[in-house]
Amino acid sequence: MLQCHVKGCNANNFPLELQEVVLEEQEAELNEDFLRNMLGKLEYEALVATCLKLNIQDLPPTIPEDAAYNDDFLQKLHHALLETHVITGKMVCPNCQHTYVIRDGIPNMLLAEHEV
Amino acid sequence: MSRPEHLAPPEIIYGGDEAKKYTANSRIAAIQAEMAGRALELLNLPEGFPGYILDIGCGSGLSGEVLEEAGHIWVGFDIAPAMLEVALEQEASGDLFLQDAGQGMAFRPGTFDGCISISVLQWLCNADKASHHPKQRLQRFFSTLYSSLRRGARAIFQFYPENDDQIQLIMGVAVRCGFEGGLVVDYPNSKKAKKFYLCLFAGQEVPGMQQQLPRGLGEEEMGEPQEGGVSYTSKKRTGRVSSNKRRPLKDKNWVLKKKEQARLKGEKTASDSRYTARKRRPQF
Repeated sequence: MLQCHVKGCNANNFPLELQEVVLEEQEAELNEDFLRNMLGKLEYEALVATCLKLNIQDLPPTIPEDAAYNDDFLQKLHHALLETHVITGKMVCPNCQHTYVIRDGIPNMLLAEHEV
Repeated sequence: MSRPEHLAPPEIIYGGDEAKKYTANSRIAAIQAEMAGRALELLNLPEGFPGYILDIGCGSGLSGEVLEEAGHIWVGFDIAPAMLEVALEQEASGDLFLQDAGQGMAFRPGTFDGCISISVLQWLCNADKASHHPKQRLQRFFSTLYSSLRRGARAIFQFYPENDDQIQLIMGVAVRCGFEGGLVVDYPNSKKAKKFYLCLFAGQEVPGMQQQLPRGLGEEEMGEPQEGGVSYTSKKRTGRVSSNKRRPLKDKNWVLKKKEQARLKGEKTASDSRYTARKRRPQF
């Protein structure tokens, strides 16, 4: 969902690459309507690539055709999107190598003055 | 009215103890929750639809609680780390970011179904550092916000404008970034309950369909003039413009009227001519 917003970094700034992550899982209620709504907004390939890096391998490589009503798929998507939290780590922009540090689950998106 | 934005930048005002005090204060919490509820109402999302909402300046997640109760999934960012720590302690349900609204936001285009922000915009109008230009920061803020919203989504900002110029500045920048919409003022006649909500629409969901700006609360009696009420037109007043000069009471019309009356009585009267009631020259 995030892309690099450093000034002048317009191309190839998505997805941010996660490094040195510590994951935590928190159970959340499954909300199918919400997931269906999110389906259209997701860059699915980027999500799968990110998940593979984080060792979450249950997402299928392509989006199933009946995604909106495939309970099994929605369950997996739900797990990846809402139950997996990155507690500490770094997000690195693939283009300009800007590093956003994540502490206590809060990414620091502040930019230095020359980057605005 | 106290204006904390004049004292120091937000990350300092809401740092350390102040963040805890702010959240523990039940009066502030109640006001925040009420405003968040009203903002959510203005967002006008379909009933029972769990949206993905952005909360700008989420602080300790007071307004997020309202969103959560309504069944929405929210993401919040704030510039004050201390406030975010409090939010973590309170186990806020949304994802949190440490971010400066004036630097723009890094969300993918079309991510959010709506956006609320409680008491934030007035902070953006201040320059806390030498490198801050309020107008540029607003511009960056609104343009990145516009792209991160779904087409037809609304963004509701509750804020405390200092003066009309500030409203003009904010609205001007927002319109330039592509937003439609306007200002909704709740309880415009009350000094204390008066609340400003900037209600912006990011494009149109169905092209060509204009969204209606919602009505503010407590201004029913102020709407369009009703039937039989006073209608205002821009018609100019006809007749002579009143001046300070005294007009003579016995002018030509008065003389003609008197002569007519005399004729009706059968009195001997001079006939009317162009000399009748004409002004005499001074040397006469």
